[in-house]
Amino acid sequence: MCGISCWDWNIGKRLVADISSWEDKFNWIEELHASPDGERIAAIVNIDEAEFSVCVNGETWENIFDKIWFLRFSPDGRLTAIVSEDGEWTLAVDGIPWENRFDYVWNTLFNKSGTDIAVAIQQDAKYSMALNGVPWENSFDNMTSMTLSHDGTKTAASVQVLPHKEGEIFKFQEGIYTAAAGGIAWDKNFINVWNMSFSPDSNKLAAEVRSSLYDYTIAVNGKPWDQIFGCVWEPLFDPSGTSVTAPVKIGEKWTLAEDGKVLWDSKFVQLWRHKYSYDGTKIAAVVAPRFGKWTIAVNDKPWGITFEDFVCDPVFSPNNKKIAAIAKNSDKWVVAVDGKEWENNFDMVWDPVFSPDSEHLAVKVEKNGKYTIAIDDKLWGNECDAVWEPIFNQAGDSILIKTIENNKYYRYIIPVNEIV
Amino acid sequence: MPGFAANKVENILDEGIEKGGAKLDNKQIEDVIKSVLDTETGERLKIYVDTCVHCGLCSDACHHFLSMGRDPKYSPAGKVKRTLGEIFRKKGKVSPEFIKSASIIASTECNVCRRCSMYCPFGIDVAYMMKVVRRICHKLGVTALYIQDTAHSHSVTMNQMWVKEDEWVDTLQWQEEEAQAEFPKLRIPLEKEGAEIMYSVIAPEPKFQAQLIYQAAIIMNTAGIDWTMPATPGWDNSDMAMYTGDFEIMGRLKRSHFDTAARLKVKKIVMGECGHAFRSVYDVGNRWLGWKRPPVPIIHALEFYYDLLKAGKIKIREKYKKSVTLHDPCNVIRGGGLADKSRYVVNALCDNFIEMHPNREHNYCCNAGGGVINCGPPFKNKRMVSNKVKADQLIATGAEVLLSPCHNCYSGLEDIIGHYKINMEIKFISDIIYEVMEKPA
Ligand code: SF4
Ligand code: SF4
Repeated sequence: MCGISCWDWNIGKRLVADISSWEDKFNWIEELHASPDGERIAAIVNIDEAEFSVCVNGETWENIFDKIWFLRFSPDGRLTAIVSEDGEWTLAVDGIPWENRFDYVWNTLFNKSGTDIAVAIQQDAKYSMALNGVPWENSFDNMTSMTLSHDGTKTAASVQVLPHKEGEIFKFQEGIYTAAAGGIAWDKNFINVWNMSFSPDSNKLAAEVRSSLYDYTIAVNGKPWDQIFGCVWEPLFDPSGTSVTAPVKIGEKWTLAEDGKVLWDSKFVQLWRHKYSYDGTKIAAVVAPRFGKWTIAVNDKPWGITFEDFVCDPVFSPNNKKIAAIAKNSDKWVVAVDGKEWENNFDMVWDPVFSPDSEHLAVKVEKNGKYTIAIDDKLWGNECDAVWEPIFNQAGDSILIKTIENNKYYRYIIPVNEIV
Repeated sequence: MPGFAANKVENILDEGIEKGGAKLDNKQIEDVIKSVLDTETGERLKIYVDTCVHCGLCSDACHHFLSMGRDPKYSPAGKVKRTLGEIFRKKGKVSPEFIKSASIIASTECNVCRRCSMYCPFGIDVAYMMKVVRRICHKLGVTALYIQDTAHSHSVTMNQMWVKEDEWVDTLQWQEEEAQAEFPKLRIPLEKEGAEIMYSVIAPEPKFQAQLIYQAAIIMNTAGIDWTMPATPGWDNSDMAMYTGDFEIMGRLKRSHFDTAARLKVKKIVMGECGHAFRSVYDVGNRWLGWKRPPVPIIHALEFYYDLLKAGKIKIREKYKKSVTLHDPCNVIRGGGLADKSRYVVNALCDNFIEMHPNREHNYCCNAGGGVINCGPPFKNKRMVSNKVKADQLIATGAEVLLSPCHNCYSGLEDIIGHYKINMEIKFISDIIYEVMEKPA
């Protein structure tokens, strides 16, 4: 696998598929999905009553299923969908279903490189996960907060380990939930276990836990921090995997804690969605310094500007020097980089994408019902019926843009300096 | 007539309250009260308690007072006196028995409907005070069993009825299939990133009333709406944790709801016919998280129907013939200001609309809201007895059909209709739209 360097980066516009020519062939065509390299466009299609397939560049999968949903390309370009045949469900990868079938399948997860695929499964009213088609050996009465490790080797979820009937409130409060990594449950139960994340080597798992109705903390491999907080949000390992940080609520304010101890001096009305720079030297988080005012704080220092409604996950540049985030003021979305707002605003903005050399920032945007790309606050002149999130080439001087225009799917490679 | 119907409404034993109360000691009670009053309430509460002159002007606003023989103990000020009043008077040194009774008063004798504060010359918010009592009771673990179980369900599943993740998606797919029998190309688009609208519901819909999802799908498809529903937790907009005083779970629920909408890149959330959820997403839950307003605009079903009818996106084949009356849910009318829009909708759909009196923001509460119905069967009879005034109000309309654009109100009013043997059908607005709209051939 040579990744994006193997893709066709020749400058130009290419018509990949004329979607209008599909229309006569099917009863209906569902949402379109473009492959990461832009070479394929796919959709779930209905052929007849309870007969579904997937159409890729005009060709349908050989297999026909009773139902198909959640069509998604994995980051390595495989096309996956949750499919049903004769009342059984599984995942199909490029049209080929996994051998194992289940009573239900949902929540497809990919690791970052796309080498591994996990799903949640239900079989005989018991819940577990399957990684690359192989289910956990154990299954549970209920399961939530499914996750897949960065390297794709481990899955985990919050699982119910003791029987419980609705209305058994005191039994519930004794703790019937825990986390299971690879299907192996921790040996300590909690009232609740929520969002979790793996260490970079996948050997450790940290999760939000509630140990009584009022006591919140973080547990790592089943061992809770010694400190208890009024509330917590999702924990993260630092890139070296040695410590765990999480937003914690102390009194009426939020701050960031590391291994149970308060790490940041500042206290906020809210703090969540914290992220590490790749080198681990910086932590950025979404914070509300005052009620109704939102921004990004980097290593405990909030940006000078604030936003009214939403601030989404901070995104670090590959060289760890810049931070971008998208935010919403009333009905307009904006892009902010290092505390400065772009002049353009939009009806919707997708996640920011830095170029590999950290020089440029591109986003997919929507304005007046049309979609385009913006790089460094400059708009690509082409207004499209749909676009996908852009991808820079390794050198950061060209960008791949995938569009739908008049029901035709195009793949563009454009020099960045043509837009900025 | 003080003491009216006392045999039906007093000495109710609830397992959650009894067992929770049995674990308490006086020191713990004092500490929790001190911590809630010192760190969570501020001056507002003290001012309310100090300002009330016990004039009784709020009494006639409260359906509990009116229905319980005008017994002053059920008046808004009476309920404050029996709970926070005692707590302040005894400086927090109250007994476990007191906490048990305070929990019952705050959670089953007040619907936090806020009607009374409209009649108080000082605008004292008794509902807020009852919520402080509930918060104290939550922190002491003394909450009625049924609603506590609902809060537990919220904490695990992010929905109020223990609906598991696969059951949710499966139900949507089942409803899509059912609706395809009527409209072969109809879809309930799941996880459609970039749709205009995320449609959110409350858990009783997938659990017991899946036809409402079916109807919503028909309405969305007929009106040509670009919509989606999430296939992950975050689909349920409801929030009983707000009413048990478990604000941390309330915040977690609201975050999950808004994060789901943001992940799906929708412009707005349209929510089904639910009142308390509207209060949670529009006022209480979002604020607890630090959002002054909902970070993704929330449109209540009533307003959505108004927009669709006004824009001609839904056309009426033939207006509904039976006489209808409309219950104004506290949270969307008094709280959300949708009185005119709801009347536009009802008049657009129905030939014969009869107002009940009082109405609009002055309407009497259904007595189900505020989490009261969620306290479950032990309190059902009490809930019936303490809303006789609602039964009288319904009977006086003479209408054949009662419209209730709120799930809680719907269930509570259905109980009242049954209990008082009122000859009236009850429907959601969407039931009527589905019945009278022009559907694609
Ligand atoms: S039920 Fe409504 S009117 Fe009665 S005390 Fe509570 S908030 Fe006031
Ligand atoms: S109307 Fe206001 S001041 Fe008078 S008793 Fe009621 S809460 Fe107190």
